[in-house]
Amino acid sequence: MISEILLMNGYGLYVWSAFLFTLISFASLYFVVKTQYVKERNKFIAKFGALNSERASLAETQSMNKEILSSTSNI
Amino acid sequence: MFKYFEPNKIFSITSKAPNYVLLLFFIVLSIGLFEALVFSPEDYKQGDSVRIMYVHVPSAWISLGIFSLITFLSIVGYIFKIKNFFLISKSLAPSGFIFNIIALVTGSIWGRPTWGTWWAWDARITSMLILALFYLLYLLAWRIFNDKDKVFKATLIITVLGIINVPIIKYSVDWWNTLHQPASINIFTKSSIDISMLFPLMIMTAAFALFSLLIFLMKYNTELIKIKNKGLDRL
Repeated sequence: MISEILLMNGYGLYVWSAFLFTLISFASLYFVVKTQYVKERNKFIAKFGALNSERASLAETQSMNKEILSSTSNI
Repeated sequence: MFKYFEPNKIFSITSKAPNYVLLLFFIVLSIGLFEALVFSPEDYKQGDSVRIMYVHVPSAWISLGIFSLITFLSIVGYIFKIKNFFLISKSLAPSGFIFNIIALVTGSIWGRPTWGTWWAWDARITSMLILALFYLLYLLAWRIFNDKDKVFKATLIITVLGIINVPIIKYSVDWWNTLHQPASINIFTKSSIDISMLFPLMIMTAAFALFSLLIFLMKYNTELIKIKNKGLDRL
């Protein structure tokens, strides 16, 4: 059964390489985009931390800034 | 109506959504892979090589769909001056490009056992390659131009020119003699594909659509945070 799925009557190499290429492309794109996201978020947190109290409270009035800081997304 | 497309309103949804989309993607992809690689039957002519269809066809569909959507958003965004539509388009482009590349590479792999060649300059394959070049130009435009107005204009021109190629891709198999078979799935007429193959194809399409949604959400959130980073600099 397993060898049938792996060999696929001689087409296994083509079928598995097509699926593997697809999954590797998915994983690569996911990690590239995730790295960019984490980098920008960390930059934001660092910049926000460097603000003095007056500017920080001004920045906190914007709902999106608060959401970025409290973002629970683990992507 | 367009006030609902303001980044502040959208971010409250897009920042929470990726985790759920990722989970759903894994579930649908697992079912799709089992259906495509194990349960679906082999083709009476192509044998097991037909299974490549389950990654090749959804990739081609989604890359065409995303390019059409990018063009629509760019035109509407330019006419009504909605900058956020350009941001949405920019966030959609990476997954569209990757799906285009996957369609080309898996098509090439499928071509070897079916046609006896990795590549042929036939109308369908060549027009898909041209679409990949338009995607590449679009992505490069965002890197090259720093001025917002210039990048909006450049990406609009690229998408409007590129969209001419989309119906050519769709009808190339009808207009010219190509190695590609005519479409097996038709919305308005009866499809020639059997339900036992259509079902896994639809599941894989759903999985790929979820993946492009996931990438879009992550990229869009990144772009919004980038804008907010610039906003903090100006405080």
